[in-house]
Formats: sequence, structure tokens, C-alpha cells
Amino acid sequence: MSVPHEALDFERPGIFRRIQPRDWAYIALTIAVGLIAFWQYGHMMDRYDTGGLILAVGLSAWMGWFWRPWQLFSIIVAALSLFGIWMYGDDLARGSTNFWLNYVGSGQAGVMWMSVFLYLSTVAYVTGLFSRSDFPTRVGGAFAWIGAGAGLMALLVRWREIYLTDPTWGYIPVANLYEVFILLAALTTLMYLYYEGRTGQRTMGAFVMLVIAASVTFLLWYMWDRQAHEIEPLVPALNSWWMKIHVPTNFVGYGGFAIAAMLGVAYLVKHRLERTRPDAALTQRIPSKEALDNVMYKAIAIGFAFFTIATVLGAMWAAEAWGGYWTWDPKETWSLILWLTYAAWLHMRFTKGWRGPVMAWWAIIGLFVTTFTFLGVNMFLSGLHSYGEL
Amino acid sequence: MSNNDQAATAGPAPASRQKAARKPRRSRILVDFMGSMSLAITLLVALAIASVIGTVLVQNEPYTEYLMDYGPFWHEIFAGMGLYQVYSATWFLLVVAFLVISTSFCVYRQTPGLLKDLRRYNTQVKEKSLRSFHSSATGDLDQSPEEFIQHAHRVLKAQGFKAREKNHDGQTVIAAMRGRWNRMGYLLTHVGIVVICVGALADGTTLLKVNEWLGNLEIETRSVPISEVPRSAWIPDWNPSFRGSVEIPEGASANVVFLPMREGYFVQELPFRVELEEFRIERFSTGAESSYESDLVIHDPNRDEPLRHTISVNHPLIYNGFAIYQASFADGGTRLDIDAIPLGAEALRELEVPGRVFQEMEVPTPDGDTRIIEFTNFQLENVVPLLNEEGVRENRHMGPSFDFRLMDRTGHGLYYRNYQRPALQEGAMYFLSGVRESPAEEFHYLFLPADADDSLERFRTYLAMLHNPEVRNEIARQVARDDETVPNEQTQAIARTTAELMGLFAEGGYMAVNNEIERRVPGERIDEVRDLMIRILHAGLQGLYMEVLQDEGVVSIQEEEQRFLEDTISAINAISLYQSPFFFHLKDFEHREASGLQIARAPGQSTVYTGSVMLIVGIFFLFYVSYQRLWIMARRSENGEGTHVVMAGTSNRHQVEFEERFAHLKRWIIDQKPVDGASDGTHESNNKND
Repeated sequence: MSVPHEALDFERPGIFRRIQPRDWAYIALTIAVGLIAFWQYGHMMDRYDTGGLILAVGLSAWMGWFWRPWQLFSIIVAALSLFGIWMYGDDLARGSTNFWLNYVGSGQAGVMWMSVFLYLSTVAYVTGLFSRSDFPTRVGGAFAWIGAGAGLMALLVRWREIYLTDPTWGYIPVANLYEVFILLAALTTLMYLYYEGRTGQRTMGAFVMLVIAASVTFLLWYMWDRQAHEIEPLVPALNSWWMKIHVPTNFVGYGGFAIAAMLGVAYLVKHRLERTRPDAALTQRIPSKEALDNVMYKAIAIGFAFFTIATVLGAMWAAEAWGGYWTWDPKETWSLILWLTYAAWLHMRFTKGWRGPVMAWWAIIGLFVTTFTFLGVNMFLSGLHSYGEL
Repeated sequence: MSNNDQAATAGPAPASRQKAARKPRRSRILVDFMGSMSLAITLLVALAIASVIGTVLVQNEPYTEYLMDYGPFWHEIFAGMGLYQVYSATWFLLVVAFLVISTSFCVYRQTPGLLKDLRRYNTQVKEKSLRSFHSSATGDLDQSPEEFIQHAHRVLKAQGFKAREKNHDGQTVIAAMRGRWNRMGYLLTHVGIVVICVGALADGTTLLKVNEWLGNLEIETRSVPISEVPRSAWIPDWNPSFRGSVEIPEGASANVVFLPMREGYFVQELPFRVELEEFRIERFSTGAESSYESDLVIHDPNRDEPLRHTISVNHPLIYNGFAIYQASFADGGTRLDIDAIPLGAEALRELEVPGRVFQEMEVPTPDGDTRIIEFTNFQLENVVPLLNEEGVRENRHMGPSFDFRLMDRTGHGLYYRNYQRPALQEGAMYFLSGVRESPAEEFHYLFLPADADDSLERFRTYLAMLHNPEVRNEIARQVARDDETVPNEQTQAIARTTAELMGLFAEGGYMAVNNEIERRVPGERIDEVRDLMIRILHAGLQGLYMEVLQDEGVVSIQEEEQRFLEDTISAINAISLYQSPFFFHLKDFEHREASGLQIARAPGQSTVYTGSVMLIVGIFFLFYVSYQRLWIMARRSENGEGTHVVMAGTSNRHQVEFEERFAHLKRWIIDQKPVDGASDGTHESNNKND
């Protein structure tokens, strides 16, 4: 009965054998794009820029291998962004005269499309929660992909628009609340899509997309009420290479915490429905508590890891800009409070083995602390992080 | 922060647990308490609450402001608890210190067991306990035990497990584990936290507090010249870590920084002297600041020649372990050449006032009194964002301005801001002067109309003439005479009234005119009379204006001239509220700025960074490597033909993924069949560990 060992498949192939032709093609493409960029613009780049380019290429290539859907997604986003930038040429005014830019490809139009599709996606996911068919959630997923892509494209094109507005202003568009809200919506959506793809639990979207839709609502209000999309020059304190890595890292953290909190909501809803209406269709549609708990943990883990990195990067930047790596500025202090909140959550899970409604509630409260750290500090407390005031 | 990672030790009880059941020694109780999770969580919560207090209660404000905000009672309590400097309060530092000690105890308590765990494969398991595992499987194979053991080892090795084997009583136990870096993650994170806190405490103000407590240091609370600060508030160069600030005017230098401490400060000596050659604000085309830069020269006795370096925000100078940052800027004592233009009869005779920012001086008023003017600030550029007619945002450059306070002998007075150049306002040019009662209020503006040469000449002439009783009488007579609607016998009376009204207006504006009318006229006729009087007054003011224009040689009055008169009348009316006998006009200035530098010495910085790296690396090990243990027990079947196998496993992370992995292992080891799709699904299974 025993089969020869050769027929069993337990031997783990080496890392390079596990990368398939399609992955190789994508990795080659990213490297080629990086090389072309360097060949074209290398003479204008300092060592930080070069480092950033290498980091970006490496990150994108690794993402493509780690998460296959990233491959096609990143290619489409890059192509659309480049097309938009090409349409602009050297003239910002084309943003309103060129058909493509006016309706699809400019930073502003991209944000509108992002908003529309993320809203539609939310509606589709919520419909899917109450429907017996998988179709609405699949549509929701597709819309979420489009929304996230439009958001990233908007940021990339806006990056160019900032340079077109005034070459001396140029900076990466993660410098004010308007820009980081686009980043937050797109990043959180992508992180969610990753977890959906890995677990196959589509109805999670009905909960997670709600918080994303809320952030889109804030973004639109901020844009229409405060003209926040106007491109302004950067204040000197933000004119630093650190901003490029500190801000996006931070928002991976916030995104993870937001997802975890919404899964906490889903957990509590499921917990309650299981007791009150165990046989209802809705109860069956919500993923199992174990699955929710599993993804909630993963979202908090990735959020916590990146938030830790972001805080350390922030401290390093503060050491350079403000003369001290930790000055108990309200933003720093609230970052510490947020960090402690999730550090305690993780300790409870690891050492006491806590699961269940308490941890779900904790994750939800964590989102309030996150929101206060992100927005409340700027609104209610004064301090050095005073840009992006409401 | 004990880290008993449930799942990892859920299996066979390790020997250390059993030992703990004996009566503990007293020292052991202390270690257990100090390293306990409850203490750590309590301290974390205390730290979080204290942190919140520190953000809600604005830190490091002047004590006088706290006194105003909270009243004497609460101020005493808050100050006593150190709530105005929470993060350097002794109790706060104690909480942090306890947290460090607690974490250290936790590491101390956990590490031996943890290291033992990594070495101990624990081959002493019982079949019963293996069967009780959540992930557990049994099987009866036709293979001989030897053949099976060999096969199991091959699978385990290929799957990245390290294994130990033990034979006892005809039974073979394989104990295997993988992901040991997860356990290192525990060590790295917790030691990292301790390292960060130790580095940060080294950079804190503890040393100063100890010296203050010992009586070696005493804070200075007065705002006095540096030469008057007693030696007891001076800190010599021994202080290894500090963060202080100093403001240096252009052309001046400093060899100390001021360390804020509660309601006062210390003076920290530096082993070198920092000279500021020039401070600059670079601007974008919009007028918004793009960069703040200071050209510094470091004079160090240990250097042959001074070091020149330009610092800017985000680009400090690191010199011998001292970091010098661009923190702020202020006026450094700009020289101001000012004309004090009397707002009265002497309007054409200005007084030259040579001022300097931060200085005060006495100005004699035309009526023989004196006022004290204190120059508080100078601003080279004023850029005001405005919406233009099309609703597009644009920036208006208002030019230089200076701030001052004008006081009478008792020290009472208002705050002013005057602009040097006239500004365009709804199509005409005006000299602007803002006035307010306290710095917390918004300015109210006085608009003095500028003439065609952008000067105050015409306004001053008009004002001087209006204040001259002879001129007023003459003009009044002329106006009454020239007015054909006035009967001859009333000319004189009208002229008298006109002159009187003009006099009242000159001194107190419409308010004075109105008061006089109300005083003299009975109630029911007042509106009628008031209209008449205002018409008479305006005729007089108009007549005076004609005179001024005539003297200038202007013959025909255009709309522009008419508007000037209206503006002049409004301005004179407002002067009574302006509460200054002068309009201070900035003729010229010599700009001198001061740069606010922050100078810090933080020897703990690299320690903190090292700890941070340990923390981050540790977190990734903790989260993304799962520590998995596996036991396989094999013995010859009862019938002597095949092998009876019991297999169990556990993981401290990612239970869902581990169950899947366990299922695969079972299929390979016990069923000895390929896992469907697993060969090309390595991509997926590899990622399941995240």
C-alpha cells in the first residue's frame, strides 16, 4: 500500500521554483519600469529618491508574488495614471479642456470615480448580505477594485498636477487631510479585498465597506465645504523625505484597525443573531465567528506592526525636524495611547487566550481611539501636527 | 507581560509548571508579582490615562495663564500634582520606571523557560494527552515501525521541522518543532521596550530633578537679563542630555540655551558659541513660506577656525553630539524710523520717533502731555489670502507692518498695528492702522485716505485746517455767504453755527455733534434739527475741502476727489475712537531678525532607535512566524504486523492555517498520499502563515 516517496508532494520546492512564469513576467515588468524610470530621470534623483525607487520596485514585485490580483491591478492603475500624466503634457489647464482628464483621468475626476464606486460597492455588499445569491457581493467586490484603482490613480495623477501647478511646490500627495483620506479609502479597500480573497468570506464587505463609505463621505464634505482639493504649497516642516514613508505606513495601520473594528461589529451582530434568530437567513450569511475573529486578529496584527513602524519613523523624523524624537506632542501622545490600546488587545489574546464579544468591543473602541488620534487631535488639541486642520 | 502563549504549552505540562506547585519562596512571590500581567496592564492603563491628561491640559504654559484658567484653588492642586508637566512629573516617571521593571521581570521570568522550551522537544508524552489535542490523528499502517519512522522524519524535515526521537518500551516518540523565531519575537519585543524606555529615561530631565532635589540647582522664574540670573540656575557643561532653546538676533551670538522647567527655566552652558549671521524666510510665489534658514557660525575654542553652516527646518546641524535645529523666528530688534503725525491742529508738524522693536520711549503730545510707545513687533511681509471679484483665491501683499502699544502715564492704552504702505480697498488707497483693546481681540481698522501721490499730505492739511478755529470761522463765513438760499440777515448766524459744528466734529466726530444737538434741542423737533445741522456741517466740511483743493491748485472736482472727502470725514469721525493723539507712520526701517534655535543633546537616541528596531523585528517574528510543535508516537501493532500511530500538534498562532497544515501532514505521514492540489498550491499554503 505504501507509495514511493517520489509520488508524495511534501517536498517544499525552493523559493524560485515556487515563483511561476506569470509571476516572473510581472517581476520583470516592474524591474523594467523601474530601470526605464531611472534611465530617464536618474540624473534628477538624489540617493533618497533612488532608494525610494528601488523600494517601490521591490515592494510592487513582492506584492505581485504575494498577492496575484495585485499584478493586473497595479498594471491597470499605472497605465491609467501614465496616460493621464501624458495627456496633461506640461499644461495644467488641459485638466478642464481635455475630455479624458476632465471626466476620467485627472486627480479630481479620479476621486469622484473612487467615491462613486466605493459607494456602489457598499450598496452591493449590503444587498448581498440580505440576498441568497453571491452575485451582489461579487459585484461589490468588482466595484471595490475599481474604486480603489481610481483612488490610487487619482493620487498618482495629482502628484503630477502638483508639479504642474508650480514646479517649486512639488511634493508627494500625502501632505494634507484631503490627500490622506484618498489614501486611507484606497488602502483600506485593498486590504479588505486581500482578506476577502484569502478567506472567501464575501459578506464581510457589508460591514467593512461601511467604514470606507463613511471616510468617503468625510472626504467629499471636506472637498466641497472647504475646497480642500486646491493644491497649496507645502509648509516647511512637511518638506521632508520622511513624509513619503511615515504617512503611508501610518495609514496601513489605520486601515487595519478600521477593518478590525468593522469585523468586530460583524462579530457582535452574529453573536446576537445566533442567540435570537439562529435559523434566519441573515444569520447564516454572516461569516462564522471563528472566521471573523481570525481576520480581525490578522487586521489588527498588520495594523499594529505597521503602526509601530510608522510611529518609530515619525520619531526619527521628529528628531530631525523638531529637535527631539519624542516631545509629547498631542499627536505623539495619542499615538502612544493607540499603540497601548492594541498592545493590550494582543496581550489579552496571546497570553490569556481571550476571544469573543469583549475583544470585538475592544476592537470597536480601538477605532474610536484611532479616529481621535487621526482627526480629533487636529480638531481639538493644539500641537506640532497642526497641518490638516478642520 | 507574562507570555505563557496558551496554545504552545497547552500540551504536556512542562516541568517548570509542576515545580511552581510547591510552596513558593518569598523572593519568588515578588518576581511573580513584578512580572505579572495584571501589574503590567495596570501600569499601561495608568500610563495611558496620564498621557490623556497631558494632551487635554495644555502643557508648559506660563503659570499665570493656568491661574487665570483654573482659579487659585485648582491651580494649586494641578501644580502640586505636576499636571502642567505630566510627562516629566515624578509620579509619571515612576510609572514608566515600574513598567520597565515589570517588563524586565517578565523577561527574566520567562526567558529560562522559553530557552528550555526551544531546546526541550519533550519526548515524554503520553498517548492519552496526545489524543486530547485539538489537532490529533491516529492510524494503523501496514508498514513496519522502522519504515514508518524513517518516512515521518523525511516529511518533517522537508516541511521545515526540527525533530528528536526517543525509543522506550518498544514505542518511538518523535517530537518536532518549527518557527522558533516566534519565541525570539517575544524576547525581542519585550527587551526592545525596556531598551527604548531606558534610552528615553537617560534623555529625560531626571538628572536635573535629582540635582534640584539635592539643592544644587534652583529654577529661575523671573524674566531678567542673563547676567542677572543667579549661578544656582546655571547648569555647567556636565549635563549629558537636555533640550533647550535660545533666540539669537542677527549679528549676535549665544553660548547658552534655556531649559524650560515648570514655572521657570535653567540656563544651560554650551561648550561653544553660536553666532547668527543671517536669518531668512524663503517664499513661494504665493507668498507662503517655503523655508526658514539660519546662517550659523560655530565658535569653538577647540577649533582652529569657526564652522559655518546653514540650517533649516528638517535640516539640523549635528555638532559634537549637539543637534542645532531651526525652531522659530522673531524680530531681533528692527530699527524703525517713524513719523508721529499729530491727529489735530499740529497735523502738519510731524515728530520724528527713532524706534526699535522691543523698546519703549516717551512721545510728548502737542497738548503738553506724554505718551509711552512700546514697539512690540515688526513684520516684513504681510500676505493676506483674499477672494477676488471672480471668487478665485489670491494673495494680497500688504507690505511691512509694525505693532506697538501706546500707553498713558498710568500704563493704560491700546494695541496697534500700522502698515507702512497704503493698501487698495474698494478702488481707493488707504493707510491702515489696526487698533484693539487686547491682543486676544481682532483689530478694528482706521482708514486714512491716501492722496494721488500715495501720501497723507492732503489728509493732514485738511485735518490741520479743520482744527484751526480761525480757518473754520473763515470757511464758515464763506460758505454762508456763498449759499444763495440763505437770507442775508441769517448769514452770520449760519456761519456761527457752521463753525461751531465743524469744531465739535473735529474734536469728537458725529458723536460730539449729536450730543450737542440732543443737549440743546427739545425732544419732538430733534430729527428735523439734526438733519438740518448735519447738512450745515457737511456744507462747511465741503467748503473747507474746496479750500484745500484750491491751495493744491485743483480746479475741478471729480468723483475721485469727492470720494476722498467722504473718506476723510469718515476717518476724522473715527479718530475719536482711535484713542491715539498720533498716527505713527513708518518712514523707513532696518530689518533685523532673530532666529529661535533649539539645541539638544540626546545620548539616549541611538539606544532608543536600537530598541525600536528590536521591537519592530520582534513584532514581525511574533505575528508572522508561528511556533508549531508536533508529536508522532509509533509502536508495533498488537498483531505484530503493522504500526499503530498517534499524531498531535499545536501552534501558538494562526490556528485555522495550522489545522490545514496538520491535515496535510496527516495525509503525508499517516495516509501517505499526496495532498490534492498542494503541489501547485505551495504558493497559497506559504502565505497562510501571515
